[in-house]
Amino acid sequence: MAGTGLLLVLFLFAHMAGNLKIFVGADAFDHYAHWLRDIGTPLLPHTWYLWIQRGGLTVAVVGHIAAAVILARRARLARPVRYAHRPKVQGSYAARTMRWGGVIILLFVIFHILDLTTGTVNPVGDAQHPYANVVADFAPSRWYVTLFYTLAIVSVGFHLRHGIFSALRTLGQQTPRGERRARAIALVLSLVLVVGYLSVPFAVTIGAIK
Amino acid sequence: MNLKLRVWRQTDPSSRGRMVTYLVEDISPDASFLEMLDVLNERLILAGDEPIAFDHDCREGICGMCGMMINGVAHGPSRATTTCQLHMRHFKDGETIDVEPWRAAAFPVVKDLVVDRGAFDSIIQAGGYISAPTGAAPDAHATPVPKVDADAAFEAATCIGCGACVAACPNGSAMLFTAAKVGHLGLLPQGQPERDTRVVGMLEAHDEAGFGGCTNAGECTTVCPKGIPLTLIGRLNSDYRKAVTKRG
Ligand code: HEM
Ligand code: SF4
Ligand code: FES
Repeated sequence: MAGTGLLLVLFLFAHMAGNLKIFVGADAFDHYAHWLRDIGTPLLPHTWYLWIQRGGLTVAVVGHIAAAVILARRARLARPVRYAHRPKVQGSYAARTMRWGGVIILLFVIFHILDLTTGTVNPVGDAQHPYANVVADFAPSRWYVTLFYTLAIVSVGFHLRHGIFSALRTLGQQTPRGERRARAIALVLSLVLVVGYLSVPFAVTIGAIK
Repeated sequence: MNLKLRVWRQTDPSSRGRMVTYLVEDISPDASFLEMLDVLNERLILAGDEPIAFDHDCREGICGMCGMMINGVAHGPSRATTTCQLHMRHFKDGETIDVEPWRAAAFPVVKDLVVDRGAFDSIIQAGGYISAPTGAAPDAHATPVPKVDADAAFEAATCIGCGACVAACPNGSAMLFTAAKVGHLGLLPQGQPERDTRVVGMLEAHDEAGFGGCTNAGECTTVCPKGIPLTLIGRLNSDYRKAVTKRG
C-alpha cells in the first residue's frame, strides 16, 4: 500500500508540473506533450519510455487496489456483527473516506484517459494538440466536466492527506515529533497538489487560458 | 438521574442477540457506569429476570477486565477512562444510552456484554515475554536502561489489554495492543534477544486470530484508556521490516 501509493504520488507531482506548462503557452504545452513521447530517444525508440511508464503506473495502480481490496475484505471478516449505534466522531474525515475516495479516483482516471489521452470523450480529441483539448474540455458550457474534475481532485487531496501520513507510518515513522511533521507534510503536499491541479481547469473556465 | 438504556442481550455464544430497552430511574450522578448497571441488575433480579452479564474486576481502571461500547464509543464519552471509572455525571438526565459488547470476529460474545478476549492471549503467547534465567533477583543497577527508554517502555507497558482498540477500529485490527506489547519489551535491554522473533510471531498470531489489518486510522488511540500512542505502530512496522530483512 505504502510503496505503490508513494510511487503514484511521485507521478502526481510530475504530472502537475507538466500541466502547469499550460500557463506558458500553447506551443510550450504541446511541445511538452510531444517531448513526453520522445523521452529516452535515441536510446529508446519513439514513445517507448512513455509505454514503460504507463506499464509501471498500471502495475502500481493494480497493486495498490489489490492491497486495498485485501484490507477491506479482512476488515469485513474481522467484524461480522456491526454496531447498532456507531457515531462518526473520532478519526479524521480523510482516514474514513479512503476506500470510497479511492473508487472515485479510479473512475476519474478512466474518464480522464478517455478524455485527454485517447480523446474519445473530448470535444476536440486531437492527440497532436493537447492544448486545444484542454481548452475545449473546461469551457464554461462544459461546467459539469469541470465540476467532476474538481470533485475528483479534492478526493485526491483527502486521499493523500491520510495516505501520505499513513505511508510514512508504515515505513516506520515512530516519534511524536516525526508524527506531527508527517501530518504537516501530508497536508501541505495535498494542498499543493489540489491547488496546482485545479488551477488549470479554472483558468480555462474563467477565460485566462484560451 | 433517569435514563433509558438499550442493552445488547444474548443468552449464549450461539444464540441470536438483540437490543433490549430498560428504564433506569433514580441513579446518582456520582455512580460509576458499572454501579448503574449493578443497580439495574438488582432490580432485574428482584423482578425475576436474568441480570445483564458484563466483565469487571478491579473497578479502579487497572485490570483491563471491563469494557463496553457506550453510544458507539469504546469505554464511553470520557477520554482515557475505563468503563469502571466512567461516572454517570457525564450523561444527561433522561438520555438514551446504547450499550453493546466489543464487536470483533476474534472476540466472540460469551453472554450479553461479555466477550472472549482469548485472542489476545494467543498474541502474547507468540512472543509477548522474555526468556530470563530464574534465580536470585539481579541487582537493580546490573542492566542500565536510559531514562528515555525506560519512560517509553513504561508508557507502552501501561496497556491493560482491555480490547477497546479492537472495538473502535474500523478494520477490527488489534495493532495498537500488539504494538504496545512489542514496543514495551523491545525498548528494554532484556527484550533484545527475542526482538525479531517476537514481532514476527506476534504479528502472525494477530492475523491468524482473525483481526483486521491496520490502516493507521487512529480510532484506537482516541478510545484507549491508557492513551497508548499511535507512534508505537510505526515502531512495530520498523521492527518488523528489520526482522524480515535480517531473516532474508
Ligand atoms: C485538472 C487537472 C488535470 C489536467 C488538466 C490533466 C491533464 C492531462 C493531459 C492533457 C493528459 C495527456 C497528456 C498527453 O498524453 O500528452 C493527462 C494524462 C494523464 N493524467 Fe491527467 N490531468 C489532470 C489531473 C490528473 C489527476 C488528478 C490524475 C490522477 C489521479 C491524472 C492522471 C493522469 C494519467 C494516469 C495520465 C496518463 C495517461 C497515459 O498517457 O497513459 N490526471 N492528463
Ligand atoms: S492498547 Fe489501550 S485500548 Fe488497546 S488493549 Fe491496550 S489499553 Fe486497551
Ligand atoms: S474493572 Fe478493572 S479496569 Fe475496569
